[in-house]
Amino acid sequence: MAIVPNPYKTTGLLGWFDDRFPLTKLWKDHLAEYYAPKNFNFWYYFGSLALLVLVNQLLTGIFLTMHYKPSAAEAFGSVEYIMRDVPWGNIIRYMHSTGASAFFVVVYLHMYRGLLYGSYQKPRELIWVFGSLIFLVLMAEAFCGYVLPWGQMSYWGAQVIISLFGAIPVIGPDIVLWVQGDYIPSDATLNRLFSLHVIALPFVLVGLVVAHLIALHEVGSNNPDGVEIKKLKDKSSGVPVDGIPFHPYYTVKDIVGVSVFLILFVGVICFAPDGGGYFLEKPNFQEANPLVTPEHITPAWYFGAFYAMLRAVPDKLLGVLVMFGAVAIIFLVPWLDRNPVKSIRYKGLLSKINIFVFGVVFVILNYVGLQPASDIVTLLSRIGTVLYFLFFINLLYIHRFEQSKPVPERVTSS
Amino acid sequence: MKRLLIALASLTLSATAQAAGGGPLPFSYEADTSNLASLQRGARNFMAYCSGCHSMKYLRYNRIGQDLEIPEALLKANLMFTSEKVGDHILTAMPGENAKTWFGQTPPDLTLETRARGTSWVYSYLKTFYVDPSRPLGVNNLVLAGASMPHVLADLQGWQVKKAVAEGETPAAGKAPVLELAVPGSLDAEGYDQFVADTVNFMAYAAEPGKSHRIDTGIRAILYLLVLLTLAYLLKKEYWKDVH
Repeated sequence: MAIVPNPYKTTGLLGWFDDRFPLTKLWKDHLAEYYAPKNFNFWYYFGSLALLVLVNQLLTGIFLTMHYKPSAAEAFGSVEYIMRDVPWGNIIRYMHSTGASAFFVVVYLHMYRGLLYGSYQKPRELIWVFGSLIFLVLMAEAFCGYVLPWGQMSYWGAQVIISLFGAIPVIGPDIVLWVQGDYIPSDATLNRLFSLHVIALPFVLVGLVVAHLIALHEVGSNNPDGVEIKKLKDKSSGVPVDGIPFHPYYTVKDIVGVSVFLILFVGVICFAPDGGGYFLEKPNFQEANPLVTPEHITPAWYFGAFYAMLRAVPDKLLGVLVMFGAVAIIFLVPWLDRNPVKSIRYKGLLSKINIFVFGVVFVILNYVGLQPASDIVTLLSRIGTVLYFLFFINLLYIHRFEQSKPVPERVTSS
Repeated sequence: MKRLLIALASLTLSATAQAAGGGPLPFSYEADTSNLASLQRGARNFMAYCSGCHSMKYLRYNRIGQDLEIPEALLKANLMFTSEKVGDHILTAMPGENAKTWFGQTPPDLTLETRARGTSWVYSYLKTFYVDPSRPLGVNNLVLAGASMPHVLADLQGWQVKKAVAEGETPAAGKAPVLELAVPGSLDAEGYDQFVADTVNFMAYAAEPGKSHRIDTGIRAILYLLVLLTLAYLLKKEYWKDVH
């Protein structure tokens, strides 16, 4: 199909632009005439919220970068400089540090929504894959950012995570050296993580988000009933009968979600920016010291589950493989789930139990991942790790042992 | 199942204990950074007793002046011992290398101490020095065993000794002090508690001078957001009237 400039035949100034750039077309395709199912529920706020948090991170990050010094000698002091001498610096810094935690909260809920309603099933496999890539890059981005304040936990967290590469047979130690640029985490390490954090990874992240949205708008949104609204279109207009234009309906609805989110977000930023020691850990108020190891090295809270899986395995290499496997298996979900029914609403009891247990197990794993090692922590980590992977395996066959409910022709009332 | 539950309970308990930093502290103290008079006294205490050895290298003198409403002349006369310029950071006059020889380690910078260790820890630390002839400086500390710091506040508090524990009795945990005053100082117990509380309040302020600003901002931002939420909700309801 050839591209026809200005398909909507606009005139005047807008017409001048539309003759040269698909302004009206983009507006209509992605907002005013992008038809979304009318039955979105609570779970559907987290996509737009993730976008909001991404913008928050980019904007506050720009201002932080103006004052931050990426060197081992100056980094810690420059963060305190931002907190004390830069006008509004404390708020901007807390917006960024709390934003990182908020990002994972909304992304985890967004992903769980996808699992609940089968939003990864045909034809949305690529949306899910792009989303999984976003999650992977987000983890790398968060890790790099976490190191930058160069506090004790930044330093030792970096040491633990980078040393994981050392588990690779034969070339492991050389890779650690290459990644670190030194024999221990140092100025060179900080500098390159800074580069990745402010240029490379955000660049990739934004690109992936664009791909995620283009793929979504190409096939259309799923919904809590898992019904394809495009199957039933109004004969004269060609508009899905269960669809409503994203703008204005979901833009005004999302503003409500954004307002509630911002109230909670501002609440944390202004009244509890440490997040009880989970968003900003106590040891990170001490400058990095290669000679003093903190009592307990814990990852940031949002990596708890993956850290628990790493520790659950006695062998280091196997542990690393299990940890990366836990992320890798997420990519495969569209092909693991063989259930013809999309939404949890119409799947059988076993599927419901499977997904519920998965949610609980993930939360427990996250919790034990942050606790100092002990027998019970190891036991729970091991059980949790097995159950984590079992959820994905179960997707292959579980529907054969249960009775699904009939899926309605149209979406149920919202 | 029962065993698992017990283990889980102990897990939560140990988590609480860990939060306090490796064991329960003898005293708990929540800093009050809104009491201006206390902060001013705390600033005086810190400059008089601590700043000889400990810096607050991220805090500027004039920031204290501004936030604690201390005029510049008073600030210069009473609180500034190592610098003439009010815009300077609070550094110590003691050379770091020598300090290491004298005390075994360089006295740490204290700007962020209350955020790194918690206010209860600092409060307990300042209250639990006791005589211990086995240590080089003759004192030890309950919350930081083997501390290399001398008991700088002995003139005020007096000298404490460890109470002898009777046979079969477990050393009291929690609030019950295991130390008793052997030689009284110039302040009584209440006066010393006040002194330590003021000092910790000031240190908590110094760890985050922008705290009151962020709380202020938060209240105003949330009031605004509540208005936005109300309007957004009404707008949404209006638009969605015709969606069935």
